[in-house]
Amino acid sequence: MTLMTMIEAINLTLKKEMERDNKVICLGEDIGKNGGVFRATDGLQAHFGEERVVDTPIAESAIVGAAVGMATRGLRPVAEIQFLGFIYEAMDQMAAQAARIRFRSAGTLQAPMVVRSPFGGGVRTPELHSDSLEGLFLHSPGLKVVMPSSAYDAKGLLAAAIRDNDPVLFLEPMKLYRAFKEEVPEEDYLIEIGKANVLQEGEDLTIITYGPTVPLVKNVVNQLEASENISIEIIDLRTISPIDEETILASVQKTGRAVIVHEAVKTGGAGAEISALINEKALFHLTAPIIRVTGFDTPYPVPSVEDDWLPNATRIGQGIKEVLSH
Amino acid sequence: MWVEPNEIVVNRVQILDETGKLVRTYPDIKDEELLGLYKWMVQARTFDQRALKLQRQGRIGTYAPMIGQEAAQIGSAFALGEQDWIYPSYREVGASLVHGVSMANFFLYTMGNLKGGTSAQNSNVFPVQIIIGAQCLHAVGGAWASKLQNENSVSVAYIGDGGTSQGDFHEALNFAGVYKLPVVFVVQNNQWAISVPRSKQTASNTIAQKAAAYGITGIQVDGNDVLAVYSTMQQALERAREGKPVLIEAVTYRQGPHTTADDPTKYRQNDEVEEWLLKDPIKRMKAFMIERGIWNEELDQREFEIANDKVSHAFEIATNTPGSKTEEVFDFVYEQKPPQLKEQQSTIGTEGVLK
Repeated sequence: MTLMTMIEAINLTLKKEMERDNKVICLGEDIGKNGGVFRATDGLQAHFGEERVVDTPIAESAIVGAAVGMATRGLRPVAEIQFLGFIYEAMDQMAAQAARIRFRSAGTLQAPMVVRSPFGGGVRTPELHSDSLEGLFLHSPGLKVVMPSSAYDAKGLLAAAIRDNDPVLFLEPMKLYRAFKEEVPEEDYLIEIGKANVLQEGEDLTIITYGPTVPLVKNVVNQLEASENISIEIIDLRTISPIDEETILASVQKTGRAVIVHEAVKTGGAGAEISALINEKALFHLTAPIIRVTGFDTPYPVPSVEDDWLPNATRIGQGIKEVLSH
Repeated sequence: MWVEPNEIVVNRVQILDETGKLVRTYPDIKDEELLGLYKWMVQARTFDQRALKLQRQGRIGTYAPMIGQEAAQIGSAFALGEQDWIYPSYREVGASLVHGVSMANFFLYTMGNLKGGTSAQNSNVFPVQIIIGAQCLHAVGGAWASKLQNENSVSVAYIGDGGTSQGDFHEALNFAGVYKLPVVFVVQNNQWAISVPRSKQTASNTIAQKAAAYGITGIQVDGNDVLAVYSTMQQALERAREGKPVLIEAVTYRQGPHTTADDPTKYRQNDEVEEWLLKDPIKRMKAFMIERGIWNEELDQREFEIANDKVSHAFEIATNTPGSKTEEVFDFVYEQKPPQLKEQQSTIGTEGVLK
């Protein structure tokens, strides 16, 4: 076990996976000499050479499209989109190409590839560097969408993503890259894609969240549980698509109440999907309406107001209290 | 110094003129190859004409005819080695047949059978690409994979003049140049992108010259002259194998509609079509072979009959192939079906309500 940050865990995992399998190659903007703008790929080019850690021209569609071409011909590319807000440039290659090649070829071809991308708010970035766009990809059958909330999860999930034979969008909350260190085993381990993690069990209410809001939710819950006589279950989804219905439903059937927290805009996203799922399959277990605490339905704002725009401790606390009031 | 587009000189490669006469020294092409090229052109056209008829009869779905482009497609694909890959758009029946895709497979595709996408199972041909230009990047990635894995395989992207306006085309050429990839881009400039003429697609005098901007080699060839296309492609493949990507502009003509859902009389003049019919690639090659003494009308007629029989046989195979079942659509989304898909799949054909 070693104490490490999430960014260190990601860097270590990439290194180990490249050592384990010479078909794994990394490509993206500034990932080579510079080691990535967040240093996720630091030292990899020096270690593995320019053929396996490739600095590309600035062309997101080409990065993803070339990865599709590589993956269907025997490599396991790990592409980096420098910030998730830039992925609009590669939407066709993500949603119409990578996601559909298995289907279009009736299972003849597959694209075992990972697209890594930092995202999320609270870091005071320029425009289109903080947007949470995971919702766009829930609507793209064939893609998996994975999001770690800790260094430990990042390592196990990224290794699993690289070894997965389907295209995986691996979303890294940049606010958590260096937020804290935790014990991470250096040796190989995998965390199953498609399974949620029950962070703590509880009786009165279920909070379903993922990625950057997980540590925030834990803090809010700790404070509330310390001051009031309530018991809250926290689910960290880890995988947003395909979603772990079983864990969500089992929890809500037990607690009868649900609050969903994510940074992405409210409408048509993961929260809406989870809420619909609970309504379809666990409605009669509910004792209160489901509440979503999310970003607002506006473009991601300027840094000076982002703390109020994001689902902060106050709004999460209010959401919990409102649901518990029923 | 200003770089002026009009000062860029592009000379079109031609070996046979419109009447099938040699216009330059005959390249080293054996009679056996001439016959092979011609027979494939006959096969492609025969398939194409039957597909059009079958669509009109409602027996297959939308089809994108390639009539008029046989030389561009056959000439280029005939030069490929078995280890090379084709990344086609939806108008590449000719090239795909030469490289090993069965006619039955194409019929299945147009009949809306999932199996129509399985070209890569038995041949190095990617499934048909619908999004204009997207396959250029897959060819780049494929070429990259072959380079890193020392496969000595060239990846060939086929697109049209309209496709050269897409960002993916430009990004692909750029990557090909930067990483010196074994890739050839074959642009069939057939003058029309549905209803938009080549002159409105780009202000460049030629498409071939676009290569220069990406530091790769470009060449323009008479796309209705199968010998010019074949010998140019052979040279392009040699270069590509050495890590020198090539852009080929084959100047040709879409004699038919964009697809069976389109009426070209709405946007183009019949005079223009008539003019291009005189430059027909099959007519030209036939005249050359007769002149050379290796072909005659009788052989020609028989060749069309053989081709026709093969098409009938392929259509029979396709019609006898079990159709796709609704529950199959769940089988090719992920390697392992997630619970949601299993659940949705289980409702197919039952009266159960999906929850």
